[in-house]
Amino acid sequence: MDAKGRVLDKYNARVYKNRKEHVLVKATGDQPQVIAANTRVIPGIMTHRGCCYAGCKGVVLAPIKDVAVITHGPIGCGFYSWGTRRNKARPGEDGKNFVEYCLSTDMQEADIVFGGEKKLRQAIKETVEIFDPGMIMVCSTCPVGLIGDDIHAIAAEAEELYNRPVMAFSCEGYKGVSQSGGHHIANNGLIKRVLGTGSGTRIKHAINILGEYNIGGDGWEIGRILKKCGYHVVSVMTGDGSYKEMQEAHTAELNIVQCHRSINYIAEMLKTKFGTDWIKVNFVGAESTAQSLRDMALYFGDQELIDRTEEVIAEEMEEVAADMEYYRTRLKGKTAALYVGGSRAHHYQLLLQDFGIDTILAGYEFAHRDDYEGRDLTEEIKEDADSKNIESITVSPDPDKYHLRLTPEQFEELKTKIPLDTYPGMIRDMKDGAVIVDDLNHFETEEFLKLLKPDIFFSGIKDKYVAQKGGTLSRQLHSYDYSGPYAGFKGAVNFGRDVTMGIYTPAWGFVTPPWKHTPTLVGTYGGDF
Amino acid sequence: MQSMTPKEVSERSGLRVNPCKTCQPVGAMYAALGVHACMPHSHGSQGCCSYHRTYLTRHFKEPAIASSSSFTEGASVFGGGSNLKASVKNIFDIYNPDIIAVHTTCLSETIGDDLKSFIQDTPIPDGKYVVHTNTPSYVGSHVTGYANMISGFIKYLSVKTGVSNGKVALIPGFINPGDMREIKKIAKLMNVPFTMLPDTSGVMDAPMTGTYNMYPKGGTTIPDIIGLGDCKKSIGFGEFATTLGLEDLRNKCKVPFVSLPLPIGIANTDAYVMALQEIGASEVPYELEEERGQLVDVILDAHPYFDNKTVAIYGDPDTVLGIAALVLEMGMHPKYLVTGTPGDAFMTRGKELMAQYGIEDAVIKSTADLFEMHQWIKNDKVDLMIGGTHGKTVARAEDIPLVRAGFPVLDRYVHSYIPIVGYRGALALVEKIANALMDRQDRDCADEDLEMVM
Repeated sequence: MDAKGRVLDKYNARVYKNRKEHVLVKATGDQPQVIAANTRVIPGIMTHRGCCYAGCKGVVLAPIKDVAVITHGPIGCGFYSWGTRRNKARPGEDGKNFVEYCLSTDMQEADIVFGGEKKLRQAIKETVEIFDPGMIMVCSTCPVGLIGDDIHAIAAEAEELYNRPVMAFSCEGYKGVSQSGGHHIANNGLIKRVLGTGSGTRIKHAINILGEYNIGGDGWEIGRILKKCGYHVVSVMTGDGSYKEMQEAHTAELNIVQCHRSINYIAEMLKTKFGTDWIKVNFVGAESTAQSLRDMALYFGDQELIDRTEEVIAEEMEEVAADMEYYRTRLKGKTAALYVGGSRAHHYQLLLQDFGIDTILAGYEFAHRDDYEGRDLTEEIKEDADSKNIESITVSPDPDKYHLRLTPEQFEELKTKIPLDTYPGMIRDMKDGAVIVDDLNHFETEEFLKLLKPDIFFSGIKDKYVAQKGGTLSRQLHSYDYSGPYAGFKGAVNFGRDVTMGIYTPAWGFVTPPWKHTPTLVGTYGGDF
Repeated sequence: MQSMTPKEVSERSGLRVNPCKTCQPVGAMYAALGVHACMPHSHGSQGCCSYHRTYLTRHFKEPAIASSSSFTEGASVFGGGSNLKASVKNIFDIYNPDIIAVHTTCLSETIGDDLKSFIQDTPIPDGKYVVHTNTPSYVGSHVTGYANMISGFIKYLSVKTGVSNGKVALIPGFINPGDMREIKKIAKLMNVPFTMLPDTSGVMDAPMTGTYNMYPKGGTTIPDIIGLGDCKKSIGFGEFATTLGLEDLRNKCKVPFVSLPLPIGIANTDAYVMALQEIGASEVPYELEEERGQLVDVILDAHPYFDNKTVAIYGDPDTVLGIAALVLEMGMHPKYLVTGTPGDAFMTRGKELMAQYGIEDAVIKSTADLFEMHQWIKNDKVDLMIGGTHGKTVARAEDIPLVRAGFPVLDRYVHSYIPIVGYRGALALVEKIANALMDRQDRDCADEDLEMVM
């Protein structure tokens, strides 16, 4: 029996029937492999997934530093999503930085019984009076949807009253099957009300960075490299983001997509609305970063930009070469298991390759099938009852701002060279025999780690200490264990350093006390006195 | 840092900013982790469970296991009965705990799920248990949830047989496993047999052995929880977190109780020792007298560094009141006592405490938040802050030394092992306070004033 069979064998029939579709062992063959993803979790299974609110407020909206995001609900949701995701931000031009603050209506029993609309109105009023934000967003939590508070009507009313945009997001935790539904809801709101609503005109070599949340300062490091190459970054969605910058998103000539899982909808909608092409990039890993920079330069096809890009790559690579080589000697031949996100479990495999580390197990927490199988799926993803509950919107070309940079012929030609409007799936880049698990749960984590014995398990905080208690180094790929940046050339070195210290830290040598290896009784042989 | 916080305090009735509390279920989850081989179960959307496990893990740097009913939109409309039934089956099949401790969420509370009848309708394997408590997130705080879960265990399990087991029931407040160990140590030194519920020591501070064990050695056992009904007395530490459990045990099993403050500081620990002395009719051993004497000795030795230093203390009500008692004993001046947890008893107890030391200007407020505390500090600064991690932005903005104590501490290590209760715990806290103040003096003074001997 293979690893999959040995682990799943322990399930009861119903759980087995469900989980077997979410686990596969990579085998190259004539037909692409299919995996079940983005389906509901079985009750009682210890999943690591979060909820719709976590995806909408926690992931996509909270990093926008100049927007006051008010959580409408009991205190917990706002509290847990306060300062815990490491989406770094510095105050922008208006001096405001809401990332440090937690704003909530802290609903009480009376608000649940009699409705929370009055309290929300008051909270918006107080937010305006105390903070005077340029924009306000309201995110609802589970009970709000159930008691029927009309947050959209209140937002519209407040917008009129306070003369500034007030947006509402119905991202109740029970919607969808993971935080992914929340990404979608947040994205829908941004495209409807924020993105490209400004008055600017197209700027040469201008780009938007999509799906970069500036965890541990990744976005700043990426921005540094891009500026060095000669790009003008219009906006970042949404790390260290600004709604004012996002309003000018239509002025970019190209959108680059880092975390495709959370934001491919926006990339697609920006293309429909403004004609802006998008390419998939990956700034995790030195080699991947170089490749992405080359793809971008090729999109523009400007020789000066292409040359400058090569100069930057050479310069940056040289700067990190010695360190990369050193960490490579320390890490080569190690094996890794990854369980994170909807893009990172793929991105980080490429960074691990920079150091000669093989990935033997990988899984996504809230991915869809395209993240595993590639955007150009062989068959269409079937909608189920849960995915239908997440609103899907359509946009149409903006009569004034729509502009195609490439002719259809140019587009088709470029598509054969760079990941234009597409991204590959994770399965493609994995070796035969590697295990791929969607929504890897606690039980499967424990069992697969015991069976496959990777040297490192990259995951999140909930299972970090499960792995480490069992003797496997675990590093968080959501928060980078409070280190970073990991993106770009220098980030790759930071990553190499962190993994190396984790593997070689002396304390691993003390896990088993010496007396466990030493006989308890000391005797003498031969009857000495 | 926190540069948008204005100095002018304005009355707020709709907006909570920078809360000093969180919601009930995380407290219930923590209490359930203090029962041996127990699976805490969150009846609601899986996001709650994920957030709570994350938070507990970040504070304790230990795995915090818990499962979820994983509600979808359908369950939210039609009720979570079948989700609970499926959960119970899957949990016993896959994770095999001795007991499942269910707590609710605002989702399942708002739709009115009747957990009691759900559990009655759910097949439970022989020898296994399923208990529950109601923890609506829109009532009270995480401290309330902790109290409610203790109540759930007692209501479902504790039985009075009529034969006394000669033990005392100890119900600790929302404290770290290191604190629970210290409370048990004192009871052992006093030679008083006891059962502690919950007891997260050995669970949320489990050692590194190279083998992961889902159910570590620690935690109150089910027979011990059942046996609580036969205890001769119960002691609760911290009015907010333990009154409910004490009353339940009295109402259900006629166990009389003593409600004590968390034993933080000299007098509060003395009260615990004397309560044990009365119950056990035993002499206080020299070992404890020695610890107490050492603590008083140190406080006396270092008093010039504490005298009249102003402090802001924030966090959970029982913890804040305990720390306030200790700093008063040290000659310090608590200026702000802040908790996000609602309850007038916080003000009443706080004022009583201040009155004992003739302090009249302390601002004491429950249902408050850190934003408000920051505004007070902007208007009238303090020398020191004591509380959890969330105060660090205020400490940085106003350049005030911060001593971390209480829950949650997300940004430091070891805190959950080192007690702040008992004489030994007070000694540890006194050292932290002294170091924070003295490091600040060393940092701020002129070169010529840097003292080699202090």
